[in-house]
Order: sequence, then structure tokens, then C-alpha cells
Amino acid sequence: MSFQAARPLDPWRWMGAPALICLGATLLLGLPFRLLGLQLPEPVFPMICVFSWAVIRPSILSPIVILLIGIVLDLLWGGPLGLWGLSMLVGYGLTLSMRAMMLGQSRMMMWAWYAGVCAVVQLAGYLFTMLAFQHSPNVLAVIWQLLATSLLYPFAHRLIDRFDDADVRFR
Amino acid sequence: MAFRQDSFGELKVPLAWTAAVALIVCVVIAVALILSDRRGTVESSVHQSTQQAVDTVAAPVGDVISTPGRWLSGAFDWLGSYWNAAGENRRLKTELMEARRVEDRATALALENARLRTMLKVATDPAMPMVTARVVFDGRGPYRRAQLANAGSGKGVKIGFPVISERGVIGRVVAVSPNASRILLLKDVSSRTPVMIARSNARAILTGDGGDNPRLENLRGADPVREGDKVLTSGDGGIYPRGLPVGRAVKGLDGRWRVALDSDTAPMDWVRIIQFEDFSQIEGGADMTSGVLPDVKTEDPAARGSRTIAVPQTATPAPKTASPPAGVTPAPKTATPPAKAATPPAPKAAAPVQPKPAPPPAAKAPAQAAPTGGPP
Repeated sequence: MSFQAARPLDPWRWMGAPALICLGATLLLGLPFRLLGLQLPEPVFPMICVFSWAVIRPSILSPIVILLIGIVLDLLWGGPLGLWGLSMLVGYGLTLSMRAMMLGQSRMMMWAWYAGVCAVVQLAGYLFTMLAFQHSPNVLAVIWQLLATSLLYPFAHRLIDRFDDADVRFR
Repeated sequence: MAFRQDSFGELKVPLAWTAAVALIVCVVIAVALILSDRRGTVESSVHQSTQQAVDTVAAPVGDVISTPGRWLSGAFDWLGSYWNAAGENRRLKTELMEARRVEDRATALALENARLRTMLKVATDPAMPMVTARVVFDGRGPYRRAQLANAGSGKGVKIGFPVISERGVIGRVVAVSPNASRILLLKDVSSRTPVMIARSNARAILTGDGGDNPRLENLRGADPVREGDKVLTSGDGGIYPRGLPVGRAVKGLDGRWRVALDSDTAPMDWVRIIQFEDFSQIEGGADMTSGVLPDVKTEDPAARGSRTIAVPQTATPAPKTASPPAGVTPAPKTATPPAKAATPPAPKAAAPVQPKPAPPPAAKAPAQAAPTGGPP
């Protein structure tokens, strides 16, 4: 197939807009809002981007944008700078390296892969936090956030569905 | 394999490889960021200015966005109280009766307390000024539990100020910008708070781990804590004033003692930032911040001017015959057994003190005492 037939993706459409939506959702879920005395969960919305960008196609821009999103998360949540950037880059690298195995699988299997990548990212965050503060975070809180993040796969699926055939070179 | 198709297309570099190189570079940058953000103290962080800039922008944005959320939350609260009105009415009546009994008892105790304080001439703690602020952002992740409040240095808030809700302590201020302050919650994985158990007066360190119930660590003594014991700030270290309510002791699923925080039972929209800097506010700031050291209590006039740390004379071994010659360092007195405390103090004229910077550590004292400390 000629390269002329390829239709390059517009970085704004598959990266810029989803990244901004995820950061906006993070800001919304960070509001001090209690429903009948219960706090809202705090999922890691940018995991949608981390997983789907690696599945859609390899890109030079993706790791850079993921690092920037991670820095914004750290500044927004007040954590050590680089913690979320590094954790999510670990997840991105893992997904990218296993991309050939994931492509073409059923939705449920992809959901399982997504949950696995989220677990690796949480494990990385757990270890980096332990190294930074010499103290282990609460495992239940980590699992709770992992569950909340894993439930976001339908959004990642929609992003993948929309863009994975956009550039025929990466089918 | 896919190749780039832009002006660099002639290079024929596989895109997967370039993506991998970009990934590695970004990982290196992230690691460098983490290593450079090892904050020993929050004040010395090189990232403080960046954090301040983000907080300055995020606070008004969060304030605006959270307004509908507060309305919604208020509406749900109203609906809930409407449905539970009858039951709540009964509960409130019972609580009111109990509160009246407690109030009578408290009034009597307060009067007695005031009378005893007057008799003993005990200085009471002055009332602490406070700044009321609204929480506009609430980070609830396992690796960081922090909030953003919409009052900053413009309202007199400083780093280190304790923050309370209407029920109890929630944390302390760790970063301040002109219009916002970041509050590190007691639950945060890096939070350490000196507390005490009200019943036993036992001290402990409240250690956050990112969960809702921070741990009680470094508990000492026999039976220091029981289920339901009230936990208060101990005031040790001078970060928090003593006696602020923190929560109640509970046994965690992992068998450790944890604290169910009082502040979790209250709405978190509004907080009060106590303008408490340190104990100099209580003890008298002028004396503690003047920079003048208190006068040295020593028997030797020569040592008075040299700021030598005086050794208590009760621990001084009495020279039996004569004093050591001038220039010889006297034996460190800290090594003297306590039994010698009853020894009469050395005569003033026999004290051959040379000005010295500080006494050596007690652990080394016996070895040095042998050759120089004894009489010739």
C-alpha cells in the first residue's frame, strides 16, 4: 500500500481534546462534593488516554503529552512532581510493548488488558510513593482508586474505536 | 513497518523506535523531576513557586465550579433531613437533654477551674486568631490527600498553620499563594502528627497512609489506648496547639490502632485556619524571639562571658586535694554517677575553668575522665 493512501491523524483530535477532557473531568471530580455524606471516588481519568493512545498507534508526541498531563496532576493534587508522569509512562510503555498482542481482541479482553495496565500504573505509583516518603500507602485506598479507574474503560474503548482505523499503516 | 511521511521522511526511521526513544527521554525527565522534588521541608522546595502559580489559578476556578456542587449537596442534605425529620427530632431532643446536663457540669467545672488557676497563678492560653476559608479542591487519591482553600497569604495565612473543621483537626497548611493555601490532610501518606490519648495521656504519632483512618504509631506504656478513646493533639513539636480534637481510636482490619477522624463527620466546605505559629505565642513571643540567650548560670565568672554550657554543680566531683593545673581540661561532669549528687560543690576558687565550646558527649566521658579527671 502506498504511503500516499495513509491519512495522518490530527494530533489535536486524538490527543489534545481527550487530554483536556480528562483533565477537566479530574478537576470536576476533585470538587469537595458529598452525596448523602459520601465522597465521590477519584479515578485517574488520564489512564483513558494512556491506554488508548498506545493501542491506536505509536507516536512521538504521546509520551510527551502523558508526561505533561502527569505534571498537571501532580500540581493539581499537590503530590511530588513527576510521580504520576512516571507512573503513567510505565503504563504507556507496557501497553506499547504489548500492542501487537492486544490488537483485534474482544471488548471484554481489552477491558481486562486495560485493568491490568491500570494495576501496573498503581503499583508503580505505590512503589514510587514508598520510596519518596519511606512509608507505604494504604492498600485499600489504592485498590479503591484502581477499581474506579478500571470502570472508565468504555471511554477508552470509544476513543480506540474512533481512531484505530484512521491511519491504515497501524492496523 | 511504518515510516514517517513528513519532511524527515527520507530518514526512514521506524516510528515505533522514535516513539520508544521519546518514551525513554520522558521517563528520564520524570525521574529527574521526582529526584529534584525531594522536599526536606516544604518551605525549601524548589517547586514551591510552580505550585503557588497553579494554586493561584486553580483556587478561583474551583471556587466557581464548586458552587453548583454545593447547591446540589445542600439540596440533597435538605431532602435527607426532610425524610428523616421525625427520627432526627427524637434524637435531637435526647441529645439536648444530655447537652443540658453536660453544660451544667461544665459550668461548675469552669468556675472551679478558673478559681484554681487564679490561686496557682497559671497563665492561660490566649485565644488564637483564625481565618475562615472555603475548600475549593479536594484531592482524595491514595498518594496525596490535600485540599485547596480560598484564603492565602493575603489573609495572613502562613505555612504550618493548623486547620480545623467544625468538628476537629483536618491538617496543616503546606503551601501558600496570595489567594489560596494548600492543606495537607492528616490522612496524607507524608503526614505525621503528635497526638495523645485523652484517657491515658499516652503519646503517639498519628501517621497518615492515604486511607480514611490514619494509624496510631509509637504508642508507649501499658494499655495506652482502648476502643473509642478520644484522641487529641499533644502539642509536642509546636506545630499544633495542645488539646485540639482529632478523633476516636478504632481497631483497624489489619489489627493496628487507627483513628476515626472527627472531621470526617462534618461537611468539608468550610475550614478554619488557626494562626498559630509556635509556642512563643503562648509563652511570650518577645522573650523567645529576641535572639538574646538567657544568662548563663555558672559559678565561674570567666565562663560567664564565653557562653559555656554550665554543668550543674550538684554533679561536680569534689576535688579532694587540689585543683588541676591551669590549662588542663577538667573532667566532664556528666559522667559522674548520680550518687555523687550529694557531694558538696567545689569551692569557687578551685574551679580551673578554661573557656570551651561545649562539653563532650556523655558516652565518651568515662574514657576521658580517667586520665584527666582524677587528682594528681
